[in-house]
Amino acid sequence: MHQFELTKKVPLELFGYDVSFTNSSLWMLIAVVAASAFLIMSMRGRSLVPTRFQSMAEVIYEFMAKTVRDVCGPEGMKYFPFVFTIFIFVFFANVLGIIPGSFTTTSHISVTFALALTVFVFVTLVGFKTQGVGYLKMFVPEGVPLLLLPLIVVIEVISYFMRPVSLSVRLFANMLAGHILLKVFAGFVIGLGLVGGWAPLAFMVGFTGFELGIAMLQAFIFALLTCIYLNDALHSHH
Amino acid sequence: MDPATAKLIGAGLACTGLIGAGIGVGTIFGNYLNGALRNPSAADSQRIWMFVGAAMTELLGLLAFVVAMIILQ
Repeated sequence: MHQFELTKKVPLELFGYDVSFTNSSLWMLIAVVAASAFLIMSMRGRSLVPTRFQSMAEVIYEFMAKTVRDVCGPEGMKYFPFVFTIFIFVFFANVLGIIPGSFTTTSHISVTFALALTVFVFVTLVGFKTQGVGYLKMFVPEGVPLLLLPLIVVIEVISYFMRPVSLSVRLFANMLAGHILLKVFAGFVIGLGLVGGWAPLAFMVGFTGFELGIAMLQAFIFALLTCIYLNDALHSHH
Repeated sequence: MDPATAKLIGAGLACTGLIGAGIGVGTIFGNYLNGALRNPSAADSQRIWMFVGAAMTELLGLLAFVVAMIILQ
């Protein structure tokens, strides 16, 4: 489908690999620039009585800080910048993708899987750093009968390595499904013409609002699951 | 049957997995609301777990959707 196609803006090749600057890269760059501009510009005033933009930035910051504090405890605040960066990037990538004619970077599994793999590797490193070899105890739940233990350990290990897959597929499939649905209904608008096309058009307007909610919710869920994985890495209550 | 027809029917059948996810997510949000109305003071602390549960349930449905997309390709 046209809206998911990658086009090369600046063809590049490095060591035999295709590293072209595509429209996906462009929209990721736009997301980063928009997020940085939003946060830096809105917090420039630093007034006691916040302006409209400053209060928006503060609400987002406070919301994520509260989530990290609730899920990971006070020790988790050390990793808050990481979680917040992930959240704000996914958030901006999702929301910018709703603009008609734009490119949704998060509707490609390569992008979301790279993000999820970053989270996975980071959390694993944090786990081994804070708990040492004891982090492996996560795969051995307490109070399991000895007979069942080999089976449980295998299942736990598999479920641990499925984390990046589930994290990336969730985000990518949500974004893809929403955009395909909008596309299908856009086809109905053209197909029904001037007479009956208004009904699917009205639905599309409403559904775009719903998509905006989904975009925010999925960014939050991505960050929230990162927090939960971090909590597993920081505390050994398994 | 024409293979192209069978492919489309298969993709449609794969999407039926979303029924279960719909029921599951509805149950989670419904039960959360049910519990929150009975004990509003405990609602805030459990909201995060509702979202986690919804995310986990939703993933299983989305896997069915991804399978349908793979079939359609």
